[in-house]
Amino acid sequence: MIVVENMSIRAGEFALTDVCLTVPTGAYGVLMGKTGSGKTTILESILGLRTIDGGTIRLEHRDVTKLDPALRGIGYVPQDGALFAGMTVRDHLAFAMQIRHKSKREMDDRVKELSELLGIAHLLDRTPVGLSGGEGQRVALGRALSFRPKVVCLDEPLSALDSETRIQMCDLLDHIRQKETATMLHVTHNLDEAKRLADCLFVLKDGQVETLENSKD
Amino acid sequence: MSTDVQPTDPPAAGLKEIDEGKRRTVVVALSNRFFYLSLGVIGGTYLLLIVSMLAADTWYMAEKSVRAAAAAEQPLQAFFLENPIARALSDRKIQYSIWLSLISCTLSAILSLLVAVPLGYLISRHEFRGKRLLDAILDIPIVLPPLVVGLSLLIMFQYPPFRWIARDVVYQISAVVLAQFSVACAFAVRTMKSTFDHIDPRCEKVAITLGCTRAQAFGWVVLPVASRGMMTALTLAWARSLGEFGPLLIFAGATRMKTEVLSTTVFLEMNIGNIEAAVAVSMIMVVAAVIVLVITRRWGTRDTTL
Repeated sequence: MIVVENMSIRAGEFALTDVCLTVPTGAYGVLMGKTGSGKTTILESILGLRTIDGGTIRLEHRDVTKLDPALRGIGYVPQDGALFAGMTVRDHLAFAMQIRHKSKREMDDRVKELSELLGIAHLLDRTPVGLSGGEGQRVALGRALSFRPKVVCLDEPLSALDSETRIQMCDLLDHIRQKETATMLHVTHNLDEAKRLADCLFVLKDGQVETLENSKD
Repeated sequence: MSTDVQPTDPPAAGLKEIDEGKRRTVVVALSNRFFYLSLGVIGGTYLLLIVSMLAADTWYMAEKSVRAAAAAEQPLQAFFLENPIARALSDRKIQYSIWLSLISCTLSAILSLLVAVPLGYLISRHEFRGKRLLDAILDIPIVLPPLVVGLSLLIMFQYPPFRWIARDVVYQISAVVLAQFSVACAFAVRTMKSTFDHIDPRCEKVAITLGCTRAQAFGWVVLPVASRGMMTALTLAWARSLGEFGPLLIFAGATRMKTEVLSTTVFLEMNIGNIEAAVAVSMIMVVAAVIVLVITRRWGTRDTTL
């Protein structure tokens, strides 16, 4: 569960006040808004990459407002993938588990499971150089899911993809949320994507977040 | 009546336009050619200056070698063993200066990199009070006249706490390394800052959300990508250290077999009128510089801000 209550953020001229949103456990939340409206800012605040000026953030009933981002346990898929240059796809999928000193077997099992789930098993020994946009985003997704986070934040993960790949990725995301049972928060400016995926839909407009009902197509 | 006149006018105007168009084409073509010609001439002049300097050194060496060979009983042997470079290399004082140069430059380059990596990362990634001031201070060694750096170091060691160790530093080998480091480090910091500026900070953000501490994110995600920049910073600092002269003369002195490095050798040989040896040692430094250049081009970053 992701609960944001009365969050306010100020950065120069830009300000968000009294942001409230709740994504129930296991649900797929989509936050919509125009470019520059502050969607990424909200996401970064939940991730802990940005300090907030007021309000609270709770994940699964735990107050994480002041917690270091490394301890929040949120999977993060950034907009452009931000893959680690020089590391193989396998390294990406194992990275979070290496940090957590997991056993070799556990790592191998998880890498195998994820690479099959995401359809990137044939890419395991490749580096990010030369991966297509869709492949890169699958790797970024796998890296974020690798340590079985309870919460996953996706920042416009499909915006740089062509329409066909985007539809495939939407299906994949739908499949993953059922399989991995994580609470997801997905930021986008694409209405089709939002309607396709969202259990709960939030619209950010003029610094205010509005919660809408979404009847899936 | 007026209708008779009108039809003749448009074709005339059209011809005029065509003429004008042709003229413009020629003007543009000529102008473009002249533009690139000027670029070529101006650039070529400077290029010629650089190449001429090195060619003159080489020619001077060749001339002296041939003269030495002609005067000797066994010309071929003399050409290889009696040429100025061979003679310089066999001089114990110059051998010492070569070794000291190699060791001191390597030490100061490594020290520079050790300071430049964390400092470059700090100013590339973080906003803090006094950052602009820090940035400006870091430029001081670059813009300061080298002699002033040396003199300032010398004066600094008049006062505690530096005075307590002055006896072991001033006019000693450690002064050589310190003087080289003082200037070379500033260049290394600039190189590392631009290296880190080119690395997407989002990668570290992702690493942190994956559970990394700041140090882990830096060591596992940033440093491997920065290795080319580190190579450039290292070689640049090394080359700077090799060329260091003014501060050394004042702060470390020019004692033969003690604080004499290659640039000091050139100066000392010139002073006693031994131009041959001075040029020979210069040639050794040219070779070292070329090696550094090749390493930087081959394994370093393509774009340095320096």
